[in-house]
Amino acid sequence: MSQSYNRGLVEDFGRWKEFSAGMWAWIFHKFTGWVLVGYLFTHIAVLSTAIPAQQGEMVTNSAGEQVDVYTNTLTLLESTFVVRLLEVGLLAVAVFHILNGIRLLLVDLGIGLESQDKTFYASLVLTGAIVIASVPTFMAGIGGA
Amino acid sequence: MWLLQRVTAAFLVVVLAFHFFLLHFYHHAFEITLMGTQTRMQDVGYFATMWLFLVTATFHGVNGVYNALVNQGISGTPKTAVKAILGLAGLLLVAQGTRVALYMNGFLA
Ligand code: HEM
Repeated sequence: MSQSYNRGLVEDFGRWKEFSAGMWAWIFHKFTGWVLVGYLFTHIAVLSTAIPAQQGEMVTNSAGEQVDVYTNTLTLLESTFVVRLLEVGLLAVAVFHILNGIRLLLVDLGIGLESQDKTFYASLVLTGAIVIASVPTFMAGIGGA
Repeated sequence: MWLLQRVTAAFLVVVLAFHFFLLHFYHHAFEITLMGTQTRMQDVGYFATMWLFLVTATFHGVNGVYNALVNQGISGTPKTAVKAILGLAGLLLVAQGTRVALYMNGFLA
């Protein structure tokens, strides 16, 4: 159970050419994990505008109307192209993390030990497919669509 | 901790997928308004789900970062410091998230 292997530091990126599929899976999972925690903190910060909004703080939006800060902040963010792009990125990151995570849970349970490479590639392909299929929805309402 | 990390993972798979579907496909993200959020958060089941989401996501994320750093080989004082800082950050996030959620559902005003 608690054997450990010294694989050297994977973060020595000079070694990337030696990486196997499992190593990439591990790196991607780690990277997407970091992005998601980072997002979570930002997300709560943005949603926190609900507090002044709930207390009645109003601002004037670009159309000159009075709206509460929460609605204004979210609408403004969502109307920004870069934010939309980042959201597609976030979706990709989240979907991969979820699918690869399911794979890891199954592996922990001893399921699919023999086909780890294949299931990793499957997670990648599925992530790509789901993300591409979602682009229209994520970009909806921007640039005239 | 090992088990808790897997249990929260299994829960988050479902809730995170639900969250994306609800706020991008069912409601459009660009149409989110204070009123819409209030209506959703006033539903006890939705509120409970979101709050559990907050707590499990924070634990899973913060514990994940900690594990990554331990894997990197930190030990001794840096390890203790990281543990304290991450623990504090997690607690603050949950506290702020809870406060926000309670404003959203109108409990605090
Ligand atoms: C771009 C995609 C996302 C959008 C548009 C979005 C939007 C929202 C909104 C509007 C709420 C407030 C509740 C409501 O109105 O129903 C909320 C709550 C929440 N979201 Fe997201 N979200 C997104 C992605 C994520 C991700 C990836 C995570 C996890 C890392 C996450 C974690 C949370 C949590 C924990 C809450 C509850 C906050 C609390 O209880 O204070 N969200 N989200």
